[in-house]
Order: sequence, then C-alpha cells, then structure tokens
Amino acid sequence: MKKSLFFLLCLSMVGFVHGQDYFPKNDGVKEENNNYTAFTNATLHISPGNVVKKGTLLIQNGKVVEAGKKVTVPANSVTVDMDGKHIYPSFIESYSGFGLKKPERKPSNGRGPQYDASREGFYWNDHIMPETHSIEKFKYDKKKAKEFRKAGFGTVNTHLMDGIARGTGVLVALNDKGGDQDRILEDASGQFFSFSKSVASRQSYPTSLMGSMALLRQMYSDMDWYAKGNSKTKDRSLEAMIENKDLIPFFYAGNKGNNLRADKIGDQFGINYVIVGGGDEFEAIESIKATNARYIIPLDFPAAFDVSDPFHAKYVALEDMREWNQAPTNPKVLAENGVTFSLTTHDLDKMSEFKTNLMKAIKYGLSETKALEALTTVPAQLLGKSNVLGTLEKGKYANFLITSGNIFEKETTLYENWVQGHKHVINDMTQRDIRGKYSLSANGVTYEMILKGEATKPKLEMKQGATKLKAKATYKNDWITFSFTDEDKNETHTAAALIPASGTTFSGKLVQPNGTESTFTATRAGDADKEDKDKKDKDKKPEIVPTTYPNVGYGFASKPKSQNMLFQNATVWTSEDAGILENTDVLVKDGKIVAIGKGLSASGAKKIDATGKHLTAGIIDEHSHIAAFSINEAGHNSSAEVSIEDVVNPEDIDIYRNIAGGVTTIQILHGSANPIGGRSAILKLKWGEDVDGLIYDNSPKFIKFALGENVKQSNWQSFARFPQTRMGVEQVYVNYFNRAKEYDAKKKSGQPFRYDEELEVLAEILNGERFISCHSYVQSEINMLMKVAEQFNFKVNTFTHILEGYKVADKMAEHGAGGSTFSDWWAYKYEVNDAIPHNAAIMASQGVVTAINSDDNEMSRRLNQEAAKGIKYGGMSEEEAWKMVTINPAILLHLDDRTGSIKEGKDADLVLWSDNPLSVYAKAEKTIIDGTVYFDIDADKAKREAIKEERNKLMNLMRDEKNGGGKTTPPKKKEKIHMHCDTVN
Amino acid sequence: MKTLKNILLATIISVGLQAWAQQTPAPAQSETITITGATAHLGNGSVIENSVIVFSDGKITAIGDASTPTQGNVVNANGKHIYPGFIAPVSTLGLGEVDALRQTRDFDEIGEFIPNIRSIIAYNSESKVVESLRPNGVLLAQVTPQGGRISGTSSIVQLDAWNWEDAAIKTDDGIHLRWPNSFKRGRWWLGEDPAWKPDEKYNERIEEVRSYLNEAKAYGKASASSKNEGFAAMQGLYNGSKKLYLYAQGEREIVDAITTAKEAGINQVVLVGGYEAYKVIPFLKKHNIPVLVNRVHTTPMGDDDDYDLPYKLPKLLAEGGLLVGLNAKGQMERMNTRNLPFYAGHLVGQGVDKETALQMITLNTAKILGIDSNYGSLEVGKSATFFVSEGDALDMRGNMLTHAFIDGRKISLETHQTKLWKRYMDKYSGN
Repeated sequence: MKKSLFFLLCLSMVGFVHGQDYFPKNDGVKEENNNYTAFTNATLHISPGNVVKKGTLLIQNGKVVEAGKKVTVPANSVTVDMDGKHIYPSFIESYSGFGLKKPERKPSNGRGPQYDASREGFYWNDHIMPETHSIEKFKYDKKKAKEFRKAGFGTVNTHLMDGIARGTGVLVALNDKGGDQDRILEDASGQFFSFSKSVASRQSYPTSLMGSMALLRQMYSDMDWYAKGNSKTKDRSLEAMIENKDLIPFFYAGNKGNNLRADKIGDQFGINYVIVGGGDEFEAIESIKATNARYIIPLDFPAAFDVSDPFHAKYVALEDMREWNQAPTNPKVLAENGVTFSLTTHDLDKMSEFKTNLMKAIKYGLSETKALEALTTVPAQLLGKSNVLGTLEKGKYANFLITSGNIFEKETTLYENWVQGHKHVINDMTQRDIRGKYSLSANGVTYEMILKGEATKPKLEMKQGATKLKAKATYKNDWITFSFTDEDKNETHTAAALIPASGTTFSGKLVQPNGTESTFTATRAGDADKEDKDKKDKDKKPEIVPTTYPNVGYGFASKPKSQNMLFQNATVWTSEDAGILENTDVLVKDGKIVAIGKGLSASGAKKIDATGKHLTAGIIDEHSHIAAFSINEAGHNSSAEVSIEDVVNPEDIDIYRNIAGGVTTIQILHGSANPIGGRSAILKLKWGEDVDGLIYDNSPKFIKFALGENVKQSNWQSFARFPQTRMGVEQVYVNYFNRAKEYDAKKKSGQPFRYDEELEVLAEILNGERFISCHSYVQSEINMLMKVAEQFNFKVNTFTHILEGYKVADKMAEHGAGGSTFSDWWAYKYEVNDAIPHNAAIMASQGVVTAINSDDNEMSRRLNQEAAKGIKYGGMSEEEAWKMVTINPAILLHLDDRTGSIKEGKDADLVLWSDNPLSVYAKAEKTIIDGTVYFDIDADKAKREAIKEERNKLMNLMRDEKNGGGKTTPPKKKEKIHMHCDTVN
Repeated sequence: MKTLKNILLATIISVGLQAWAQQTPAPAQSETITITGATAHLGNGSVIENSVIVFSDGKITAIGDASTPTQGNVVNANGKHIYPGFIAPVSTLGLGEVDALRQTRDFDEIGEFIPNIRSIIAYNSESKVVESLRPNGVLLAQVTPQGGRISGTSSIVQLDAWNWEDAAIKTDDGIHLRWPNSFKRGRWWLGEDPAWKPDEKYNERIEEVRSYLNEAKAYGKASASSKNEGFAAMQGLYNGSKKLYLYAQGEREIVDAITTAKEAGINQVVLVGGYEAYKVIPFLKKHNIPVLVNRVHTTPMGDDDDYDLPYKLPKLLAEGGLLVGLNAKGQMERMNTRNLPFYAGHLVGQGVDKETALQMITLNTAKILGIDSNYGSLEVGKSATFFVSEGDALDMRGNMLTHAFIDGRKISLETHQTKLWKRYMDKYSGN
C-alpha cells in the first residue's frame, strides 16, 4: 500500500502534458502547454524512401504536426537546430514479453502425468488460455525500456509468453515521462498463439508438436460450436476466443517448418496469422512465400563455432556451419521474394547485438530502405497502427530518433529517442565530435594523438615518434581524461582537458610520471583514418556458401529431375508372377515403367548397362519412424486427432541413408504410447523435396493402433491412466468405436453436432476409408482386436510387429489381416518371449500377406538382408522372401497399383543392386523414385568430397571470424533422437 | 499392498525365467568322428575344398584334402561348408535375459572403478538367448560387464554348458575400461541442452583413470597391509595375465587412452569400438593395438559421415595392417549377437575378401582374446569347435547349420524358438 502511494506521488510529480485533465490536482495549479517544438535543418527520413534534406519536423502535444521541406514554424515554438543530424521514425518492436513476467515452471508432483485440466469453467486443456489479458499483469519495466530506446525502439508490442493460446497483448510506447494512461496505446493489441505448452500447468496433453496442432484445430472448431450456443456448460476460454475474434492473431512459430504448420492451421479456419519466424526462412523460401503470410523475423544470427580444436570441431555438422554462414542472408532473401516482414529483437541474448546484426543483415544484402521498413512501417501495419505509428507524417505520434548520420552505419551515434513528444537522451548531442589527429606537446615533447571510432566514445592512440604508447581515454560532459604509458620505461602520464566550444585546439593539465603537474596543448592536424578493420570489413563481400536441397550435408545443388532411362541386360526381380527375369531390359519414361523385355531400345533414354546387376522395385518399409519431429502423442489414451503428416522432417539425414539402402517408400507410423495412436504419413523418399513433395499424392489413409505392454504403460512407472491391462485395452476400443458410430450417425442425420476430429478419424475406420496398422505382440490381443473389428464390421488391415502372428496365422488369414513383422527381434521385453524368427515364414505359409519392416533407422538401411532371413528361418523361396519388402508391403499400404513391383504402368521406383539383392554382399548402386535418381553410389562419392571441402572452407571462415574478434560459441552437435515406437517426443 | 503385489509379480517372473526349458548340454566326445566332402574355411584365411576333418577327444587330429585318411564315424558333408565356431567378444551374453525386465539384468554394477566385479559367476549358461546363438554358428563368447569407468573383469565361455564353471574356457581374462569422452551430451534430465558439447572435465576424468592405474600398480609392489580387492584384480594387467580392453571412439580419446595405458606399464591392450581408429592407424600399428570394432550394423555417428562408414571401418583398419575382430555391441546386443556372421558378411560387399571377413569373427578374435592356441581356426591340435552349414554361413541365405561341435561334443541346434516353429507348423499341417 505504502509503495503504491509513493509510486502515485512520483507519477504525479512528473507533470503531464496531456490527458487526465479531469483529475484533481493538489500540488499546484492546472496549466497546459500547447507550445510547438520545431526541429530544423534536419535530414528527415519521413518514411522509408522519403528523405527530405534541410527539413523541419514540427511537433506539439506528443504528435507530429508537420514534417517536410517547407514547414511554417509557429511563433510559440521552441526551435532546435538539427544541422547535420538525421531524424528517423523510431523503431517498433512487434514481438516481445516486455513488462510481463513469465510464470514459474510448475514442479512435478512426482506421481506421474496429470491428465485432467487444473481449472474449472475453462477449456478442457490448461494450455488454452485465450482469457488471459496481458494488460492486467503488465508492469512497465523502466530498465528494459531504456535498453529498447537505446536500440532505437519507441513502441513495443508485448504479451505474456506462455501457453498455446496466450490471450491478448499490449502495445506500449516507451515513454518514461508518462504513465500507463499515456503510453498504453492498445489494451488488446492482438491475440497470441504458439505450439508450446504453458509452464504453469503440468497437464500432459499435448506431449507433441502434432498434438499442439490438433489441439488448436479442435479449439477453433469448439469456438464456432460454442458461439452457436450449443454448449450446456460455461467455458470462459471459448468465450474469450469469441470475444477476441477480430483481434490481430500473432503466432509464434520459431522456425521455417513451424511457420508452415501455423499457416496450415490458419488456412483451415480462415485466419491469417502474423507469424513469428525463426530466421531460417531462406531455406524454404518458396514455401514461405506461398503462405502469403506476414512475418516477424528475428535478427538472432548464430555465432561462429570455435573450431580451433579439430577434435571438437569435427562434431559440428555441415548443416550447422552453414547456418552460421547463411542465416544473415535471411532478411535479404525474404525482401527479394516480396515477403512482408518486420524485424524483432526477440531471442537476442543482448540488446546490443541488435545493431550489430542489423548491419550484418545489410552487409549480407538487405537494402537500407527495406531494413527501415521492417522496423517502422511494416510493424505499424502488422499492428494495425499505420495511422499513428511508423512514419513522421502528420498526426502520428512524435516517436522519432535523432542521429549523427545514417542510422545503419556503425559510427553513427543515436543522440535522442523521442517518445510521444518526450525527449529521452541516449547520447549527449551537444558534445563535440573530437575525432581526429592531433599534435600534442608538453614539456617540450611532441606526441601524435589520434582519437577515432565512435564520436561519443572515441578511442585513443598515442605515439611518440615511432613508438606506440599504451593509451586510454574517457570523453564525457565535454571533458576528456586520458592516460598513456611508455611500457619500456614503465612511465605513465595522465591528463585532463575541457574541450572548448570552438577552435581546433585544446589544452589542459598533464601529470608526469613523477607526479609533477604541467600543461599540454593538442592541436588538430587532420581527420583520423577509419579503423583498418572496419574499412576492410566494409569492403569485403561476405563469402556465402550456396544452399542445397535439403540444406544439409548430402543435399542436392538443384532438385534432381526425372529422366528417361533404359536398364539393359539386368536380372529383373519383378515381384510379380513373372518372377525373376534374366538378361532383361526395363524402360523408364516420364517417371513410369513403360516396358520390360529383351533388346528394348528407346531414343533419348539414358542407357544404363546393368549386366551382372540386379534391378528390383524399391523397398517399402511399412513401419518407420525416421523423418519426423514427433512420434508419440502420449497425453491421452487415444490420439486419433493427431497426424504424422503434420510433423514430417524433410531434412532428416536418415532419408538419405534409407535411399542408400534401396528404400523408396516408407510409412511413418505414430508410436505405441496409446491404444489409439495417430494418423500415418506415407512418403516417397524424394530427398530434397519439401514435406508436400514427400507425402504421397492421394495418400491412402492409415492410423496406428497399439496393444500390449506399451499401451498399458507397464514398462515405466505410470499407474494413473486407463488401461493398465489387456482387458482394459479392449474396452478402450469398444467405447471409442461405439462413440464414433453414434457420432457418425448424428452427423449423417443432419442434426447439429460438435465437430470432433478424433471421432471423425475413427468414423473413417468404420466407414472403410481409413486403415489400421496395429502394433501387437501376443496372440490373445491380436485375436481380440480382430473380434472387436468384426463386431464393428471392419477389418484390421495390418498387424505390425505381430511377433506371435504365427500362433494365429490361420485366424489372421480368415479375417483378412496382413502381418508386417521384424525378421528376428526378440528378448527386449516380456511380451516377445515367444517371438521367433520363423514368424514371417509361418504367416506367409498360411496365406497372410506378410512384410518385413524396420521400426528402426538402422535396420531400414538393409531391409533386403532382413527379408533374406525368411530363407534361413523357415525356408522361404528367394522370390517370396523378396516380396516381403516390395509388393507385400505395397499391398498392405494399398499402394500395389502404384509401386512395389516392376510392371508396366507402375511408378518407376527402382533399385539397381550390385548383386542378388537378398545377398548380404549386395549394395544398392542407384535408387530411383518416379524415374528420378535420388541415390547414386558414384554421386555419393562426389558428395563426400564436396562435404569435406565445404566443411574446410567454412571452418577457415570461422577461424577468420574468431581472429577478427567476432563472437564464437563452443562446438556443438545436435542430439539426434533415434525414434522407435516407444519414443515419446 | 502394492509392494506385496510387486514382490509377488517379481517372484512369478523369476520363477518363470527359471522354468524356461533349455537344450540339454551335449556329453563329451566318445568316438572319433570324420567329416568329409565339405569346403573347410579354416578361419586363418585358407580354404580346403572337399576336405577331410578328423577329431577325437575334443581335438582336431587331422585336417586336409580328400586324400586325408578318415577315422571313426564318417559324416558325409558333400557340398556343405565348415567353419570354426564364431566368437562374440565384449558381450553381455548370459548376463541379461529380457532387456525391459530389470530382474533379468545383471551386467551393470554401480561404481566407477570396480575391476573386481567378475562376470563369470553371474553367467547364465541356461539363458534362452545363449542357445539361440548356436544355430547361427556363434559358439564362444567373452562375457563382459558394462558400465562405470572400469566395469570389471570378463571371462570367456563356450555356449553349451550346465553351469558357469562348465562353460568357462578362460576365466578372468581381461579388465574393461571405458575411456571418458571429450565431447559429451548435455544432461537434459537436469535441464541442460541435450546437445553434445566439449566436456570441460575431460582432463579431470583422465586424471582419475591415471591415478587409479598408478595406485593399483603401487599396491602390487609390496604385500599390502589390508586387502584392496579392486587393486588386487588389476594386478593381472601388470603381470601379463590379463588384457586391458579400452573402449574409445574418437581420435583424441583413442590416443589418450592408449598412451595412458602404455605409460602405466600395461602391455596387452585391446581397443574396443574405435569409430575413428582409421584416422590413427600408424599410431595403433606402432603400439601393436588390435581393434574389436563395434557392430557393423549401426548408423554413422555424424550426419556428414559416409553412410557406409560403420560398414567399411573394419576394412579400413585391416587394410592398414591392424588385427581386427568384430563385436556385436549395441542396442539389444545379446539377442542380436546371433547376427555376428552377417556383420562379417556385410564387409564382403565393401570389398573385403570372404575369408578375411571370416577371420574377423574367428581367428583374429581368438588371437585378440588370447585363446588362439585352442580356438579360432581349424588346425590340428586345436579344439574341435566348429560347425557344418548348408551354404555360405556369412550370408543369410546359406547360414543353415546341420551340425555343430564344441570341444568335439555334438551340440543341439534346437532352441525354444525352433520348437515353437515346429509346434505351430505341425498344428497347421494337421499333424
């Protein structure tokens, strides 16, 4: 209480120029100041690209009255001469957490995951908090405001950075002289979203990025449903969403992939987010451009790695070295591609890095006009405040900067940052620029004195004849104090002088090494040279290595193209009834297999001599977890609403390693954290393509189910979630399918219904539109799921893992389920006690369509060998064994009309092997997808060399950076998570 | 109540484990046997076509071409192939059964410097995983503890035995030292960035090792007033009765590890892993260090590494003149050890000669482990530990065993798994 009273007192003593005229005043009398301030003879940057020399800026009551060449200055004006100075509109920070303290992370209760929401009367998920109003928690932070102003900012958009739906933000002018009643320009400046959960709640869902996406989608659907008055209960979160509907939506995405993810959600609900990016947009510029979204882009460029220790430097991936080298081009690339963006200081370690990085961006090609736009007019526009912010035009807030020159140059000094017509001094404008060469004489000795660098903080160099002396100067309030030391003699002189208002000479006191005081005189002898390093840096064009597709090691310089090719004289494994054909040709045209036969010819097709080699269809891995950012949504026991398609990672090196092992198609399955998992992504491994280019066109729809130990959570300490037994697992299915049935019936009846993404997906299964691939081990549970399916009139498409499939192979065949299994894994948990390597052969012998899969980024590289184990264990024929990694998984994935065998009309997904593909000695030499060569063993050799050279080049550049005093960071290798079914991520 | 339930559960599981039926170990060889007609891959690089192998009382008494006289019971193996039993070094075989069940895991004791921990006494000769290796030709293993800095002492066993004493062919053969890494992963569970960064404490950790080696050595120079089991276990390293197995991957770590061991006066040193050993071949050669390369079927450690670096590493080292063996360490290593022959086979695709690849899981490994006087190759006077395969045992398509012998004893090639296979095939065929 006492404190706030004091605070109020302080505020009232400041004395306001405007506003609050209805407040009583007791510390004096009420008076108004309607004078003008005129800044004359300035170089006025009225707006980006509109520069007026010798112009006048006229302000009154915190607003711009006029700015331009011919401005009439009223009599009641205070005029300030700005000769030689520049005036810019001040910068606008469009994304920050200014003045809003993030909540503390809630500690774990140690009793396992929390599944339910902590709150009542709000949305069912704690991480959805649109009802948060940042204005209610906002506390103006003077210290931080000063930092912002020092960097040139006058207005800051801020919000409480916590949660997935974060509520509304506040727009604040950094006006230290006013109170919140003056400086809060907007109570609700926008509505904020992200993919990250609130730290204040331990509610488990969502545990994954794809879960966050599903949650946002459901939230928007629910908002619509609630708005129509369908809810029987109150939900303050949805009510807030409805209330905030017309506010500008900001989405913190944080990297190029998440930008696209946010945009995708927006598209679905007709929302155009202003997206906060990650600085890596240049790597996916085409897709970024195609979003048509407006962006807020961080200037947080990575530091160079300290590569001085080669044993450590080797750990840094080329990808990360390139990021250092290429990221400063990001603003330039965005500008060149016509993407609207503002620049933010968000994510910078220190505010002082802002100017350094801004100049770096300009050095790397961003134009000064675009830079100014990105800091003034664009953020004003993003915030819907172009009418009052962003330029020096009439009627706008008098938010402007006074500088010594071009604001984008290193040596330029920012003198004053005016906010709402109030002066905030950054550097003393009246202080004279004393940079230059001087001849200093004292006691009959002459020294050469050089003051150079920044005008406000000049650096001192002293020479006596040819001897360079160690010297240091401080320049403040027109007084210079300095010292210089002759290191050989170990003699130090100290001195101080007042710089006179005019003239080129100054003199003062000099204290000699022995303590005797005398005088000195310094006479100006000319301009100081610019610092060598700066000059060199400025002239030197940065060397930027080209980006590749994808922009990591082994990427392509340009996207590879499909070509017509004729394989001659190969042993062709058709995976069809035709069997294995010796000395046969295969012709590929326009991405398809067009002819198989002997002595084929085709003009224009590239001939490939395949004598002694084997040509097969590309390998299909029915169960993969590579190329994904998350695998499990473990927050609920059903997560049908999530989709792996939302989290595909097109840059995963495992894609390249898979094609090097002859794999052309994979199904990325959700993990096994819950009985009903998420939807699959089925990809063609077209290394270098973006997500859309990887996912199959008209992809068959799949979902992962799981049974047994993992869904019971029995291999870790978790006892709270249903089900804990195989008995419970059945009931999860029965319950969900009953609900899905009812949901579907209601939907089809035309009655109003609450759109539920989870039940939509399950209804697709009931309607035969989506297929199940079910993680399964022991025979009882396999049998159970088939019975549940039969109860609801659908078939289980595939059992994956299915290690006891051999015990119920007859039942599976009768039901019509396929089996996709490991060749020989066992002994890793209790439920694989009876797993036997003969499983595949037994299932196949009983008429089950059987495939061999990996579930592992290592095994997937040699599935040909795993298929061959069918011969060893169970005595399969080579032809049948080979089908287990080609046509059989194609059948299971409903892709057998497109891929999986060598047949006229099918996609040209082919592998050329050095030997019988089932032999442990065979190597994939070429891997072709849709007629395009994505892996070639010779091209691979060339890539290795190129990587070596490029790494070396970048390490040299990083060494230069370090030697030049640039910022470095210790070597670092990103942690790569090798995902399996039970990886929670 | 819950505790009681857990105890009950544990009891049921452990009873279950003990109840897992095993194949009965074979009796000692009672008659002389001759195998004729097979292609004999001797394990030392040589091949004898249409061979004759005679063995008696567990020892090979004659081996040669078709002109070699037969003795005793003659087994015709025309068209088949004979190989010395494959050897799995640095393995936790028999020290763990089911990975997910803590009750069955006995390979990692707590403590940083515990050389006195002995694997042999925990070796489960009746493990179902152990028997599953035999039908693939893996007949010998070095049973090795894991974890800590000095994990303990290994022993070498044959894989058809009633109990651990019966299984042991060389007890307490080596000490296993896991060299610290100069680059390490952030401890994410403590809120650190999970990325890999330089370990500031690397030198400190080396110093700990150095100090332990020196203390142990000093301990051995006088009769100690009180017994220190750890130091006592280390004495074999200094008197030559034990080898030091150094686990190191990086170039710098390899050099540091071997230099430290040599400076401490340890003569017999084996490098295990050696992911970057190919960068320091002359150094390894100079110090006469053999390498037990980690599982060929792994992914490269770095994104920029050659996709086939783990496939070709043994080749690079062998071409550099080093003695190379293969191990099966890694995820699910015990059950995967039966794939040891295919790790060797995979090297052939990289351009390694088939017999050279074979050596890396037979004679080379025997030499490295110090059991080559008796095992590792088909030679007169050595143990009759070998098997007969229908085809090329390094290839999945040919690795089909018809006979296997350990010390001349004809062992069973049946397992829990083959029994289930037959049982269900019988069910389906109506037998």
